[in-house]
Amino acid sequence: MSTQLVTTKHLLKKESVGKTLIKNIKKHPVLYIMALPVFLYFVIFHFFPMYGLIISFQRYIPAKGLFGSPWVGLKYFTDFFKDMFFWRLIRNTFTLSFLDLVFGFPVPIIFALLLNELTSSKFKKITQTITYMPHFISLVVVCGLIFTFTRSTGPIAQIVASWTGTDITNLLGQSQNFRTIFVSTNIWQGFGWGSIIYFAALSGIDPSLYEAAVIDGAKRMKQVIYITLPGIAPTIIILLILRLGQIMSVGFEKIILLYSPATYETADVISSYVYRKGLLELNFSFGTAVGLFNSVINFALILMANTVSRRVNQTSLW
Amino acid sequence: MVIHKSTSEKVFDVFNALFMIGLIIITIYPLYYVIMASISDPKQLLRHEGFIFLPLGQATLKGYKLTLNNPNILLGYRNTAFYVLVGTLINLFMTSIGSYVVTRKHFHFRKLLLIMMTITMFFNGGLIPLFIVVQTLKIYNTVWAVLLPGAVSVWNLLIMKTFFEGIPASMEESAIIDGAGDWSVYWKIILPLSKPVIAVMVLFYGVGHWNEWFYPMIFLRDRGKFPLQLFLREILVLNQSSGATKATAENMMEESYFKELIRYCTIIAATVPILCVYPFLQKYFVQGVMIGAIKG
Repeated sequence: MSTQLVTTKHLLKKESVGKTLIKNIKKHPVLYIMALPVFLYFVIFHFFPMYGLIISFQRYIPAKGLFGSPWVGLKYFTDFFKDMFFWRLIRNTFTLSFLDLVFGFPVPIIFALLLNELTSSKFKKITQTITYMPHFISLVVVCGLIFTFTRSTGPIAQIVASWTGTDITNLLGQSQNFRTIFVSTNIWQGFGWGSIIYFAALSGIDPSLYEAAVIDGAKRMKQVIYITLPGIAPTIIILLILRLGQIMSVGFEKIILLYSPATYETADVISSYVYRKGLLELNFSFGTAVGLFNSVINFALILMANTVSRRVNQTSLW
Repeated sequence: MVIHKSTSEKVFDVFNALFMIGLIIITIYPLYYVIMASISDPKQLLRHEGFIFLPLGQATLKGYKLTLNNPNILLGYRNTAFYVLVGTLINLFMTSIGSYVVTRKHFHFRKLLLIMMTITMFFNGGLIPLFIVVQTLKIYNTVWAVLLPGAVSVWNLLIMKTFFEGIPASMEESAIIDGAGDWSVYWKIILPLSKPVIAVMVLFYGVGHWNEWFYPMIFLRDRGKFPLQLFLREILVLNQSSGATKATAENMMEESYFKELIRYCTIIAATVPILCVYPFLQKYFVQGVMIGAIKG
């Protein structure tokens, strides 16, 4: 009896949902027309490609399309795991990301803290305007600058040679230099811009906290440790989670611009391999499989980071 | 409030200021170097090694003359202008109607659309499936392949959505009572009230299009459609990485007397426009990051 009741109730509800929708569409037709292009955009350019991931389980033949190509199961994944470059790609992806995170992440925070301590507000403004600037130089031009400075006639190559007492060489031509160049230029281009968000967080801290601290006789160092850092901690954590979510993508556009076969040993990462295998060698299925592997790990990392952060201090993305 | 500074604090202040000056120098020097090199004597430039502080030899604008007459640079500038203009318009339209519909309480698929968008922030099909979609739509090697795949940035949409949510409901209610439909509310009420966030969007998307090179590289074959960045890549990057060895670099020097000079002039020609407008627009960018930060 009760089951029946529930079922009817359910049906009633369902019908009313459909009805309200139709009524709603009739009442606001323009709203639904406006939503249509946005909806189509996401379906076509985001969900179709997700559906297209099935070609990593097929031997994709362009002429036959997504529906006609023969299934091959996990062949391309096992091919990748057995690939002679598999471990090199994993190692490079994680090493470059890790170095970029360890050295690149704290710099904007420290910079924002130091900037905040400047006493002259005019000097502060000038420093900000100048240090934000490299963010606006296009990646292609930044890489052009890197080539110019690190080739054998460039100033950086000259300094390095005189410091280490070695011959002057084209630094980017050697695999042992790639990581340093990649990470340090990322910092050069991004630290100013990256500090904006922390600076915003700093200005959001209640000034009465500092006043109270001064009355209590706390020195500036103490104020930073007990007021400033806790004040911007949520921002730091959120950005850290977001950053962890990008670990597998490691600015591969920059890598593609900077690397060369001579530096593949340290520079080639999973996403640059996807680009080379998939689009340059037209091995669509293999490239997609490698890309999917990359996305899955990436997604797992975000979930992990988010869970850990929620457990540890109640800050999370969702 | 009077703040008494201890000696150690004063010392810190001095070092901090010096440190900042150091950072400013590190940030600016590469550009300064390029500017000085770009007006140097081409012959001396070829021989020069290491730092440059003043133009080498007799200062000359010869390189700029050659650069600005380079048909590729001109074509690239024209194409980039098109991509920035049309691309940003498409972005603005799509992002604002997207933000509009997801902030309407009476929109039935509000939650669904938001969930769809959130999914795309964390998971995507990746490069090759997108490439196949572009091929399937028959827009490969057309300007649409550059303009459409990035039509909406979810991050930007969320910034705009946050702004729309802050517009008092009373503004639109009175219009609705007067019989305004969704389009009029969007076009005549929401958009005019959203100028600050629109400015931020124009800048974010505009700079994005200006800098774009990867998607144009994989989706365009026809050089006539290349944006500036792809021509820059040919001049600044490919030249160099293809001749990574010292021997070829030297051959290159013999090949062309002006090549080095043009390289530097090209960097300036491609960077100056954006660096000139940026200080005036800085506050909007900062505003945008901050709205995003509050959201985050």
